[in-house]
Amino acid sequence: MNFAFSDEQEQLRDAVRKFLDAKSPEAEVRRLMETTEGYDPAVWTQMAQELGLQSLHIPEAHGGQGFSFVELGIVLEEMGRVLLCAPYFSTVCLAANAILNVGTDAQQGELLPGIAAGETIATLAFTEPNGKWDASGITMEAKGSGDATTLSGSKMFVIDGHTANTIVVVARQAGTSGEDGIGFYVVDADAKGLTRTPLATMDQTRKQARLDFDGVTATPLGDPGAGWPALSKTLDQAAVCLANEMVGGAQRVLDMSVEYAKVRVQFGRPIGSFQAIKHKCADMLLEVESGKSAAYYAAWAAAEDNEELPVVASLAKAYCSDAYFHAAAENIQIHGGIGFTWEHPAHLYFKRAKSSEILLGDATYHRELLAQRIGI
Amino acid sequence: MDFRDSPSEAAFRDEVRGWLADHLTDEFAELGGRGGPADETAWETRVEWEKLLGKDRWLGMAWPEEYGGRAAGFTEQVIFNEEYAKANAPARLSLFGEGLFAPTLLAYGTDDQKRRFLPKIQAVEELWCQGYSEPGAGSDLANVQTKAVLDGEQWVVNGQKVWTTLAHRAQWCFCVTRTEPGSHGHHGLSYLLVPMDQPGVEVRPLRQMTGTAEFNEVFFSDARTDAHNVLGEVDDGWKVAMATLGFERGTAFLSQQLGFARELEDLITLAQKRGATADPIVRQELADSFVGVQIMKFNGMRMLTGLVRSGTLGPEASIGKLYWSTWHRQLGERGIRALGADGMELPTGPGYDLDEQHRIFLFSRAETIYAGSSEIQRNIIGERVLGLPREPREKRSNE
Repeated sequence: MNFAFSDEQEQLRDAVRKFLDAKSPEAEVRRLMETTEGYDPAVWTQMAQELGLQSLHIPEAHGGQGFSFVELGIVLEEMGRVLLCAPYFSTVCLAANAILNVGTDAQQGELLPGIAAGETIATLAFTEPNGKWDASGITMEAKGSGDATTLSGSKMFVIDGHTANTIVVVARQAGTSGEDGIGFYVVDADAKGLTRTPLATMDQTRKQARLDFDGVTATPLGDPGAGWPALSKTLDQAAVCLANEMVGGAQRVLDMSVEYAKVRVQFGRPIGSFQAIKHKCADMLLEVESGKSAAYYAAWAAAEDNEELPVVASLAKAYCSDAYFHAAAENIQIHGGIGFTWEHPAHLYFKRAKSSEILLGDATYHRELLAQRIGI
Repeated sequence: MDFRDSPSEAAFRDEVRGWLADHLTDEFAELGGRGGPADETAWETRVEWEKLLGKDRWLGMAWPEEYGGRAAGFTEQVIFNEEYAKANAPARLSLFGEGLFAPTLLAYGTDDQKRRFLPKIQAVEELWCQGYSEPGAGSDLANVQTKAVLDGEQWVVNGQKVWTTLAHRAQWCFCVTRTEPGSHGHHGLSYLLVPMDQPGVEVRPLRQMTGTAEFNEVFFSDARTDAHNVLGEVDDGWKVAMATLGFERGTAFLSQQLGFARELEDLITLAQKRGATADPIVRQELADSFVGVQIMKFNGMRMLTGLVRSGTLGPEASIGKLYWSTWHRQLGERGIRALGADGMELPTGPGYDLDEQHRIFLFSRAETIYAGSSEIQRNIIGERVLGLPREPREKRSNE
């Protein structure tokens, strides 16, 4: 038993942290979050060319480096720490995994090298205006078959849906319901009949779009109609990725709180010497460390692709969602008035924490899923 | 990162399983996991079982071989405890002797002291109790007032200890006493080893809210112990006492998780039988407790890896104590909720015997208090892990 990162993995963390500290300081986050695109294409290219981040866990046969979810988790934790504004989660954690889980070898060979090289921005469009995260939320129907497949309907909450070049859409075969008839389809961003509308997100550091499809031509990915297991697995993997991203942010807000509590003086002494503040920080540390234990373990289970994955994915998503939001909220409280200002970064993390909590299903949703998965 | 056993860990696990399969039979197997460090169910049988563990050096497995141990590392200890819990073997009696006193003795004792006390612990001929808390020294342990004065070749001890688990069964007490007259706070304290079987020691059971009496008050009235029965330097016992607390907060928690996981399984089964799992709130609570007990396991494994690497358990151990005691208290509350209106009744009938759900519900209130209350753990985490400033101290009333 060994619950520690290897030296190589620690080196990866150091390299990513150095890069992100240079390329994604707070000023840059604030600049990008005000743009519609929400990312810097030059940094995106450097991420691919200098660090190979987009290709990390893509198999070598498809232009990747063949690392695992453990390395991916490290990268995401670092990105969460600085609130990196980039279409990484959508491209790598949603689209690439979906393609890996469902695509034929030929389709993977066609779609993955572009992602690995940082040339393709991709996303997974599965949620709809009903806001459901499970199979019942997928109502869009695919008409026709093979090259003659068309999609009509709307997808909502699509991360980076307005900037992606390649969109993997989840739809169902006509007349099916629940987990039956689910299929994946690839749509080009400039396809005829596709309207993409950026959404005004509360968390401006992660962009979303609404996609309206009106008879859009789509290419089936894998075996259309038998896609639920692949979608379920993709969502589990994405939940693990998001959990790792969240603990990065949670650690950052804890650090901010502790630093501030040491220097802010009221009643003639640092506020961190008061138990009211000290105990908040202690509880935050307990939750952040516990969140890391869960997120890291879940990353290992995803890397092993073992039978524990569904349980630990929901477990990690549920726990880290609550832990991050709690830490981000306490961070504002500990900072007092300054923590409520636009100029202080506390609200950026608070908003990221809340939207990440909701994304892929909140803690309540995942606890219920977990209850089902462990047979309660 | 790999959560599977290494080949040597797997071989050790096989050895433990084999030993338990050979020895955990008949009256010992019938005991199941009953009893606890503060519970006297089937005491005599458990003493016999503990002696078997000592004879084959499982009791004392962490000690150096020259003192009768196996020099087992942290990983082996955890593997042993995991297999022990899985086998549903009897609850151990030697928490205070083996778990708290022995590691302190190995760190601070003289060779003579080690050779005098360790074999008797291993042979289960001498059990220990912990003389720390006093009526005026709970969370503020440094306010200890029990005094010891050297009278020729012996210490003479006077004062009162409280919350002393198993004092009525123990032969010895490791006892924090004030040996420097007029000293205050953590100065002038010594870590004395006091025999319990003498006229100057009176043990009175303390009945708790559970109706049982696992804890005691201990009164010392001119109790005596030989001058050499001091661990560490005279008047410099605070750091020795703190070392014991480190062991108390740390290593035990690493192996408790399996017992907690079993309690949760029992509760889930009970809730299902009663139809309570149709209630979405009960489902949320049970799933949340499952999340909590799994994270307890992951935290434990992470801490174990750190322990193997660094060799010492830092103040991070406070996270473990705070975590498990809070989780367990919540499990108790959720167990009662799952019982619905029946939560108001004891199914065991008159006599205030507790079933498992009521026992967890009531006893867990002690767990966020003993071994450093949750508030003290948060102070430790805040000050020693996060580096937050200490609270300015008021001058003691007796200073």
